[in-house]
Amino acid sequence: MKDLLRYLKEYKTECVLAPLFKMLEAIFELFVPLVVASIIDKGIGGGDRAYIVKCCGIMITLGIVGLISAVSAQYMAAKAAVGFATGLRSDLFKHIMSLSHKNIDESGTSTMITRMTADVNQAQTGVNMFLRLFLRSPFIVFGAMIMAFTIDANAALIFVAVIAVLFIVVGLTMRFNIPMLKRVQGRLDKITLLTRENLMGARVIRAFTMEEKERDDFEKTNDGLLMEQRLAGHLSAMLNPMTFVLINAAVIVLIYIGALKVETGILTKGQVVALYNYMSQILVELIKLANLIVLLNKAIASGDRINDLFRIEPDIKDTYREEGQPGDPGNEDEGFIRFEHVSLKYSDTGDEALSDIDLSVKRGETIGIIGGTGSGKSSVVNLIPRFYDATHGKVIVDGLDVKGQDIKALRARIGMVPQKAVLFKGTIAENLRWGNEDANEDELAEAVRMAVCTDVVDAKGGFDGMIEQNGRNLSGGQRQRLTIARALVRKPEILILDDSASALDFATDLKLRRNIAQTDHKMTVFIVSQRTSAVQNADKIMVLDDGCVVGLGTHEDLLKDCPVYKEIYDSNT
Amino acid sequence: MEKKTARKETINRIMSYIMRYKFCGAMSILCAVINVVSTLYVPILIGRAIDCIAYGSLDRGRLMSILVRAALSTIIAALSLWCMNESNNKLTYSIVRDVRNEAFCKLHVLPFEYLDSHPAGGILSRVIADADQFADGLLMGFSQLFTGVMTILITLGFMLMMNPLITLIVVFVTPLSLFVARFISKHTYDMFTVQSGIRGEQTELIDEMIGNEKIVKTFSYEEKAVKRFDEINGRLQSASLKALFFSSLTNPGTRFVNSVVYAFVALSGAFAVVTGGMSVGLLTSFLSYANQYTKPFNEISGVLTELQNAFACAGRVFELIDENEEKSDADLPVMMIDTSCDANAADKGHAAKNSGSVRCDGVCFSYDKEKKLIEDLNIDVKPGEHVAIVGPTGCGKTTMINLLMRFYDIDKGSITVDGRDIRRVTRKSLRHLYGMVLQDTWLRHGTIRDNIKMGRDIPDEEMIRAAKEVHSHSFIRRLKNGYDTVIGEEGGSLSQGQKQLLCITRIMLSLPPMLILDEATSSIDTRTEMKIQDAFLKMMEGRTSFIVAHRLSTVRNADLILVMKTGNIIEQGTHDELLAGRGFYYELYNSQFV
Repeated sequence: MKDLLRYLKEYKTECVLAPLFKMLEAIFELFVPLVVASIIDKGIGGGDRAYIVKCCGIMITLGIVGLISAVSAQYMAAKAAVGFATGLRSDLFKHIMSLSHKNIDESGTSTMITRMTADVNQAQTGVNMFLRLFLRSPFIVFGAMIMAFTIDANAALIFVAVIAVLFIVVGLTMRFNIPMLKRVQGRLDKITLLTRENLMGARVIRAFTMEEKERDDFEKTNDGLLMEQRLAGHLSAMLNPMTFVLINAAVIVLIYIGALKVETGILTKGQVVALYNYMSQILVELIKLANLIVLLNKAIASGDRINDLFRIEPDIKDTYREEGQPGDPGNEDEGFIRFEHVSLKYSDTGDEALSDIDLSVKRGETIGIIGGTGSGKSSVVNLIPRFYDATHGKVIVDGLDVKGQDIKALRARIGMVPQKAVLFKGTIAENLRWGNEDANEDELAEAVRMAVCTDVVDAKGGFDGMIEQNGRNLSGGQRQRLTIARALVRKPEILILDDSASALDFATDLKLRRNIAQTDHKMTVFIVSQRTSAVQNADKIMVLDDGCVVGLGTHEDLLKDCPVYKEIYDSNT
Repeated sequence: MEKKTARKETINRIMSYIMRYKFCGAMSILCAVINVVSTLYVPILIGRAIDCIAYGSLDRGRLMSILVRAALSTIIAALSLWCMNESNNKLTYSIVRDVRNEAFCKLHVLPFEYLDSHPAGGILSRVIADADQFADGLLMGFSQLFTGVMTILITLGFMLMMNPLITLIVVFVTPLSLFVARFISKHTYDMFTVQSGIRGEQTELIDEMIGNEKIVKTFSYEEKAVKRFDEINGRLQSASLKALFFSSLTNPGTRFVNSVVYAFVALSGAFAVVTGGMSVGLLTSFLSYANQYTKPFNEISGVLTELQNAFACAGRVFELIDENEEKSDADLPVMMIDTSCDANAADKGHAAKNSGSVRCDGVCFSYDKEKKLIEDLNIDVKPGEHVAIVGPTGCGKTTMINLLMRFYDIDKGSITVDGRDIRRVTRKSLRHLYGMVLQDTWLRHGTIRDNIKMGRDIPDEEMIRAAKEVHSHSFIRRLKNGYDTVIGEEGGSLSQGQKQLLCITRIMLSLPPMLILDEATSSIDTRTEMKIQDAFLKMMEGRTSFIVAHRLSTVRNADLILVMKTGNIIEQGTHDELLAGRGFYYELYNSQFV
């Protein structure tokens, strides 16, 4: 949480003024018992009605001044808290956007979304309440104690003792309560997981007729949650009665000692009443403080979670160096895109996903990549736009190592159609313009024609047709064709189709490949597939098995020399 | 009106839950009464004690007896408060547990019409978040609403006993506080609506951009996303500031009214003392009441909002619990199929050849009753036959599975298994007959072992043998902890193909008499698929099997091929017959090899 306080920097004034105004309000409140004391001693004692009226006037004035300072404090606190959350949210979003594919794989998107929403809100509430109450409550507590000292040092010692004991009680409760609350949260997470799994797997669970077992599991977990909740509840159920007893015990002692002192003339009756009133103020304030601490704990937990996310270093950084421009003449003799002894590990401990890949591709060539599940096909193409960094070896695009290139410029030359066909909420045109912001309608139409999805666009009412979130209102095949069109809008130099025709029927798939082959601007095309029919017309086909290249050549060559390819081919027909 | 009765119903419903824990509820109320009375009695005693105090003439005996009574009162108040807290905790948490259990059980009896048409997130938030909010609200309601009202009433009673005139002053000034609170909350409501609208917009963007961040990166859309985000964020900032500031005015506002009340009580009280109408001690008691008296008002208005929210949440959970269930089949007989396909026979890979016939007679079905889908479907599958279902996307192949497994009920006609209408037997026993591998693989958080065994009591050796047979053993072995490797939700780090292999292994272990394979091999590469093919064939031998696949190679050996288009079976027959017919199948088949 501490690290996040930098977002309050801009609001230094507010952060100082808010508690200060709150303190002012508290001071005015602390004067009230003194005024009451003098009403009793001077007004009532002397039968002076004018004095009583004056005193009550003072009380109302104190109230008004208190109100004004409180309102200013609330405004400052709100401004600082909202500003804090806004800055934090913006930076967090930027940070998440800078993470690499590998980072995303590791953290999981649903976690990141929760951090962005629920946790930031929690932190905002925490800051707001902190600024409002954290100075006020201790100030009232200690202020009441100090005021007690001004009345009578001896009696004030009771205040010191009570406050010390209270702090110990509250502190201990918190200490034991926080781990308990964490365990409750853990159980709740488990409940969430079970529920989600049962929703997602409803068909499988019913097919396996596992309903009863699932129910038992859930009930057991649910009982566990109840147990943890009650365990945590025992402690908090004790807190209020304990503080109540403590304060009242102190009041009783106070009255007794006060009575003795009044008898001997050391104190006045009004002063005893004032002491009693101060004690009551402490009680009220303590209850607020306890609530605040619970809230703050939640906020700190949220802050820590947010910080964990901030701590993730994007492992791919733009390390663009001016080492010559891509596209220098002479580069292309050795190939437009080259892999030199490339290997890739997704995690430090895991096996290699790719081992020692060598490949050279000329501009305008079409490369097929084929192989079994988990053979590393997608990994190969993900290295070209530098979604992952090669663990060993070099990936060279247009004569330069991708690690030395400006990432944005590099990716701008590539049109990628990922495996998972995702579209965004908005019009079809807006979705297509992800490929190229400045594309005009003719260019969009051309891309749509090439991707064989003119019918999809027409069915949705043209380019202004709305697409719902995640493209819900389209079928899998329709989505896939639109994602292909989106990549083509860019008129990319390099087009990567990562197994992106899997939901298309054979006829459409064929038409699409023909359109791409016939286009007039020359693209270097990578086609990742599991079907030999999709790659057999490629200039070169790379056959992968378990992360290694086991064949490289044309369809005919491979049928002759590469047993793996032959096997795939046979299984396809 | 309708809304009101709905709320009333919800409240009645909650009451019926509370009645399950009568003892706790009664304890809670009893303790609350004791607590309020004894708590409020303390200031009176203190006031009397103060009246004992006087310069030079202290009645120690009387003072001591009053203070002892105050101490006793304090202890009783504390004990009853503790007891009340405990009862409330038990009551609310138990109720929520019950509600949650019921909601969860509901998930297993909801018809798929409901599950398929409602996003999982919405249902999830009912079971989790709504139930939680309900618990919080209920707890707050129990611990604060009742005691709050009690405190106000008893305070008023005590005050009336002490001095009716000053009490009247208090009663007249109090509404001011309520008015201030009402005024503020009315105005902040609109601001909160604006805020939550913008917040929703922002969440949607976050959801899209972070949920699909890989795509965002692919198109270097990051900066634009940030720009869009910051624009919304700016709007959110100003809306939030307004909402937060105005809502936070409630406390200072009511506190101010409070201090006005306090001043008036002090004024009138002091006058009364001067004229001899009351004692200083009584005035002290009065003042401390005046301090406490307005507090419950603030709390109650807060609690009421909270309670309203809790009722709304409870209503949503109840709505889920009350959702129409699948028609009960408890009184129907269990579907038995020839006993020769029990576990032993299944092990050998041979099922009874004379059972597992499936007939569809004039079946009509559609999801949306306005749009026709399957109409007058007739098929006749003999025991042990392999049926392949092919056709372009969206042609209704998955619908067939929904009907065969009775995830959905047909509208007209009949489906029979071994001559028995599947609507006349329990769903469970029907589903027991099928082994199913779905297009969307489903794996849960847990070890690979748990995911394969699915709670069935199966020795490890058998599991490993099955895994070897479908070629999943080799990749499982290579995982960090082999079969004990914990995989995340929805399979986590496994590739789509690996996930499907696991699902196939799962079925391989049970081998029911009939199989349904829904594009089970669509993202397993063809080489692995070929290896699996052997295992599949062995598994399918003698078993009635339905296979949905894109790849025509996998269906060529089927005994019967159903070619579907827009919900109807337009052709059926063997591979050779269909090719000879030169129809849609012919076209589909050839497009693969052009």
